Amino acid sequence: MVEITMTEISVKLTPPIRPEGEYDVTPPGTLGDVAKPLSLLERLANTTSVRRGLILVGIAVVWQAYATWLSNPLSFPTFTETLSALRDGIASGVIPQRLWVTLQTLVMGYAIGLVIAAVFTSLAVTTRLGTDLLSTLTAMFNPLPAIALLPLALLWFGLGRPSLVFVIIHSVLWAVALNMHSGFLSVSETLRMAGRTFGLSGFRFVRKILIPAAFPAILAGLKIGWAFAWRTLIAAELVFGVSSGQGGLGWYIFENRNTLDTAAVFAGLLTVMAVGLFVEGVIFRAIEARTVRRWGMQRG
Amino acid sequence: MAMVQRKPPLAASIDPTAAPASQPVLTVDGVTLQYKTPDHLVTATYRVGFDIHPADRLVLLGPSGCGKSTLLKAIAGFLKPVEGSISLKGEPVTGPGPDRMMVFQEFDQLLPWKSVRENVAFPMLENRVPRAEAEARALDAIAKVNLTKFVDVYPHMLSGGMKQRVAIARAMAMRPDVLLMDEPYAALDALTRRKMQEELLQLWEDVRFTLIFVTHSIEEAVLVGSRVVVLSPHPGQVRAELNCHHLDVRHQDGPEFQLLTRRISQMLFEDKSVGH
Ligand SMILES: Nc1ncnc2c1ncn2[C@@H]1O[C@H](COP(=O)(O)OP(=O)(O)O)[C@@H](O)[C@H]1O
Ligand SMILES: [Mg+2]
Repeated sequence: MVEITMTEISVKLTPPIRPEGEYDVTPPGTLGDVAKPLSLLERLANTTSVRRGLILVGIAVVWQAYATWLSNPLSFPTFTETLSALRDGIASGVIPQRLWVTLQTLVMGYAIGLVIAAVFTSLAVTTRLGTDLLSTLTAMFNPLPAIALLPLALLWFGLGRPSLVFVIIHSVLWAVALNMHSGFLSVSETLRMAGRTFGLSGFRFVRKILIPAAFPAILAGLKIGWAFAWRTLIAAELVFGVSSGQGGLGWYIFENRNTLDTAAVFAGLLTVMAVGLFVEGVIFRAIEARTVRRWGMQRG
Repeated sequence: MAMVQRKPPLAASIDPTAAPASQPVLTVDGVTLQYKTPDHLVTATYRVGFDIHPADRLVLLGPSGCGKSTLLKAIAGFLKPVEGSISLKGEPVTGPGPDRMMVFQEFDQLLPWKSVRENVAFPMLENRVPRAEAEARALDAIAKVNLTKFVDVYPHMLSGGMKQRVAIARAMAMRPDVLLMDEPYAALDALTRRKMQEELLQLWEDVRFTLIFVTHSIEEAVLVGSRVVVLSPHPGQVRAELNCHHLDVRHQDGPEFQLLTRRISQMLFEDKSVGH
């Protein structure tokens, strides 16, 4: 350690005076490649779908190894057994048909839920009563699991699709409304004023300024709403199964458990996951790429 | 500085001795503006009045917090005066509208989900300008602010100065009665700011719009304005109305320019020592 004494500190540093210079600059065109393309391997490693695909392959390998070692198809079939059950289910048309039933119910409930959420949120941004209404209702109903409403739904709507749709609406509505509303509230004052100087007001203002400006939050709400709806629906189908001969995926899983066809149960679960992954990884990602990421409102 | 060599000299474009033959476009008369907060009543401006005539470049100059933005918001129609009146072409201002387009200081005034071209055309399309005409006027305005290369780019890919240019193009393309600008260059670096000031003057040479420009920089006021309204510190009152249509970048180092800026700075400085 060098000890700093008072005399050393009091010495004032002065920079050395060096000669001046003016230089010619190479014009940008002659500098060669400014941007160099990445190698194929680097590009592959940068692709999210490739990295995720690799993880999926890894999981399949571990599954296969464990199930083979366990060797108990009744409780844990191998990956290949599950795949062939899935193939049979698809070939016989049962899985596609069940999936179709489930998706129809889902889209119906999701769409109605979105419309109601939009109405609630529009009321909430335009009137104070609407704000209070929305926050009170979301505070009340958001913590209530949709499945808990199923008995009531059965009582009101009977055994059938309307009950399921009701439960899905409940699971979508509050999450989406909450996100939409907080998205609207966080739209910058400048953007609002800009919209107003263009002569926009009322519903046109909401549609042309608030909704696109709040789109990142709305999209987040849609994703959460989708996740809730999908889980709720499968669970609800499992609980009360078939209605007028039109069972969904949940019913398919339940049915095969009763006949102890575990590979088919796994195939059903796999389908549930595949649809979930497809909607989240393909549909929502595509929407994001075309909207918020293209507009620079969200990092990709 | 190459930009300075404009075709007609600025001073020749307005005859200062001629009495204003025109009717004022906008009249601000004894306007007092207040904010009500839960525990305060803040008076932002007190009985402010001035006229704006066609092709004026009126600058509202005053220290930070003297109520310039508030005044501009009131002119835009976002705020109602508690006293006095604001009228546009004889009609009282009741709310915001496309006849008073505003350029804000913040860069986030562009719609992120629209390209430059769409941003500029949007207010026109929303006000029943036919699509073909709106597109043509948008491209023209974008060309005027030298952004033709960027028509299809989204705002997040533009620099701050470019965003402000788009905002100016968007406001101009709408051909408002008055163009309102609230410290549009305050958040830019000095070099870009100077370039933008010159561009704005060049644009005014071409189009002769009516401008209200808010700034807290004395130099910018004298450079950009044809007439400067000096506001006193909080709450803002009109301290002086000065002509500076005869002064621009070429005179910046000249005695007249220096004299005027010193005079204004004395006004602001002396008021400050009284006010606080
Ligand atoms: N939304 C608001 N609520 C309460 N007071 C405000 C609000 N906006 C501005 N003020 C006050 O009004 C005065 C003038 O503000 P402003 O017009 O923004 O000044 P300037 O633009 O000249 O810097 C300031 O004292 C400021 O604190
Ligand atoms: Mg301000």
